[in-house]
Amino acid sequence: MEKKDIIQSFKDSLFTGLIALALFGPIVGLRTASKGEGLFITPQWGVVFLLVGLCIIGRFLINLNSARKTEITFFSKFTSKFSAITEDKAKHFAITAILFAAVFPFLPFTDRYFMDVAIMILTYIMLGWGLNIVVGLAGLLDLGYVAFYAVGAYSYALIATTFGWSFWICLPLAGVFAAFFGILLGFPVLRLRGDYLAIVTLGFGEIIRIILINWYEVTNGPDGITGIPRPSFFGLPFKRSPDEGETSFHLFFNLEYSTMHRIIFLYYLILVLALITNYFTLKIRKLPVGRAWEALREDEIACKSLGVNPTNTKLTAFAIGAMFGGFAGSFFATRQAFISPESFTFIESAIIVAIVVLGGMGSQTGVVLASIFLIGITEMFRDLEQYRMIAFGGAMVLIMVFKPKGILANRKPTILMHGDKK
Amino acid sequence: MEYFIQQLVNGITLGSIYGLIAIGYTMVYGIIGMINFAHGDIFMIGAFVALISFIIFGLTGVALPIILLLVLLIAMLFTACYGWTVEKLAYKPLRGSFRLAPLISALGMSIVLQNYVQVAQGARVKPMQPLISGGLEFFKNSEFIVTVSYLQIFIVILTIILMGIFTYLITKTDLGRAQRACEQDRTMTALLGINVDRTISITFIIGSSLASVAGMMFVLYYGVIDFYIGFLAGIKAFTAAVLGGIGSLPGAMLGGLLIGLIETFWAGYVSLEYKDVAAFSVLIVVLIFFPTGFLGKPDIEKV
Repeated sequence: MEKKDIIQSFKDSLFTGLIALALFGPIVGLRTASKGEGLFITPQWGVVFLLVGLCIIGRFLINLNSARKTEITFFSKFTSKFSAITEDKAKHFAITAILFAAVFPFLPFTDRYFMDVAIMILTYIMLGWGLNIVVGLAGLLDLGYVAFYAVGAYSYALIATTFGWSFWICLPLAGVFAAFFGILLGFPVLRLRGDYLAIVTLGFGEIIRIILINWYEVTNGPDGITGIPRPSFFGLPFKRSPDEGETSFHLFFNLEYSTMHRIIFLYYLILVLALITNYFTLKIRKLPVGRAWEALREDEIACKSLGVNPTNTKLTAFAIGAMFGGFAGSFFATRQAFISPESFTFIESAIIVAIVVLGGMGSQTGVVLASIFLIGITEMFRDLEQYRMIAFGGAMVLIMVFKPKGILANRKPTILMHGDKK
Repeated sequence: MEYFIQQLVNGITLGSIYGLIAIGYTMVYGIIGMINFAHGDIFMIGAFVALISFIIFGLTGVALPIILLLVLLIAMLFTACYGWTVEKLAYKPLRGSFRLAPLISALGMSIVLQNYVQVAQGARVKPMQPLISGGLEFFKNSEFIVTVSYLQIFIVILTIILMGIFTYLITKTDLGRAQRACEQDRTMTALLGINVDRTISITFIIGSSLASVAGMMFVLYYGVIDFYIGFLAGIKAFTAAVLGGIGSLPGAMLGGLLIGLIETFWAGYVSLEYKDVAAFSVLIVVLIFFPTGFLGKPDIEKV
């Protein structure tokens, strides 16, 4: 490397520092805090100088690195290797993962906390797989998926608390309601192009949330719905002391009562629901409608010319995706026994979209990896609550910049005209 | 009738704020064809910079008009830095990538900016004492007195002045010509010796500056901000841009006014709780019936 280059990159780093100073100076350096009446400013110049220093040094190192023409960064090397491995061994991975998931509750180190995290990860995997039908297969960016999750949760909660029907009757009903809302929204808006559709679905998600907050008579407003019935094991409730004429789970199987029974049951419930979603997706990809989704994603005009009705095809994807969102929603309601509009904010939609996109749109394995990665990391950094979402958003930007197709890009068509020529 | 006029005045004020934000959306969409999802958060940062400068200058005891001018310039400068940086970091590397990539990157950027401000400035709402008070009263003899505050007059006049400068910039200067050329054909523009990257950067700088002015108006008008204001204001301003026809600059202003009026009248006559639903429903209805907006060009897809 020449001296000229070093001087050049040094100047460039100083310019970066100047910009960083302008960025962090007012927002980080001058923290507003209310004291009594009105606001006062607490300067925090130390943090600003630290951040600016980091930017200058970081920029300088990047410049040195790119001057050496090492274009493949550590990051892209890592991910390409990673995708090469998993792409080949996806099948083995899937079987191992399912076996591991099946025995997970009985492993020696598994405790209540691990089970809760595992249930949460599985819920997101199921939501990710549901949204993958819409985003990954049909290529429709839906930023309001949480609306269907909310519809599922609320319809389950309302039906179960009003009529007292069991989980297994309410679950399909919740799915049907969610699918109905999917059609209701999808019918008018699916003619729109990609990014318009994204914004409209986002708006729809917000509409549903505002209605949930304000429609007191039905949804009980911001207070939410409490006392949602827990699921039972084929009619056997998980209660310490069952009501008269009832046998509870632990009495029936002659076990000692433990709250873990219910947790383990919930775990298997969501595992089965998620696997059903996955199985369904894998099968429907091979049916004409699944093929039409993928074809539409790749080229809408070509599809129209070949006689595929884009609106109806997209509508099925939307409705089926919504239905799985509804299933996941009713699981959420029965697990929490309490739901309120707070659980269904835009950020949830963003997380689910991030899972699908990070995993590589259309890849089922990718969704699993991305869910474990995102939710796992989030759990690990519980204590750093505030910085969690910054890291989350930053990861979204970085992955898009370095690997726009996600960790496991799977845009390969499932069928080719003359077979897969390798 | 008096009530109607009052709502009209309020709606126009609100519409001016939305219109200024909407210009940023429409310009960026026109030139690179993406929805800059982080634009609402740029507006929020503009509001914070304005608030901080108001507090600092409030202590010095300078005359009010000078404070307003200084805060305006400071907010524009610092917020423009944010717009510029966001474009460089999150959108520029993705030019030519598949359609949804920049949108998702913008979504990530929006989450980053929101939480960054939350960490740096705290999650509590920030109240500010009103700086401009008083106003003109009309229909004093009737039951309902219509009040037009000086602040509202200030906001509307400032918007008109900015629109004037901005229209001149786009229609009469070299910069504006370069920008319009980039909108039509980026490759051809580059072949003719115009620095396309620079033009796009300047577009982001102008859009962010206008958003920061809207941010300053928001601080003055509502007197309270938090890190979350960018989300709703951003969506509504985007609706405004779509309503007027995305890519069309007069359309953005018209759309802003319409959204401001719709929201105010809905809140005044129908229901306050559902005023945000009104804006979103309008967005959906407009996209279904006028996909190109009122002043937009029809969008023909070529194979």
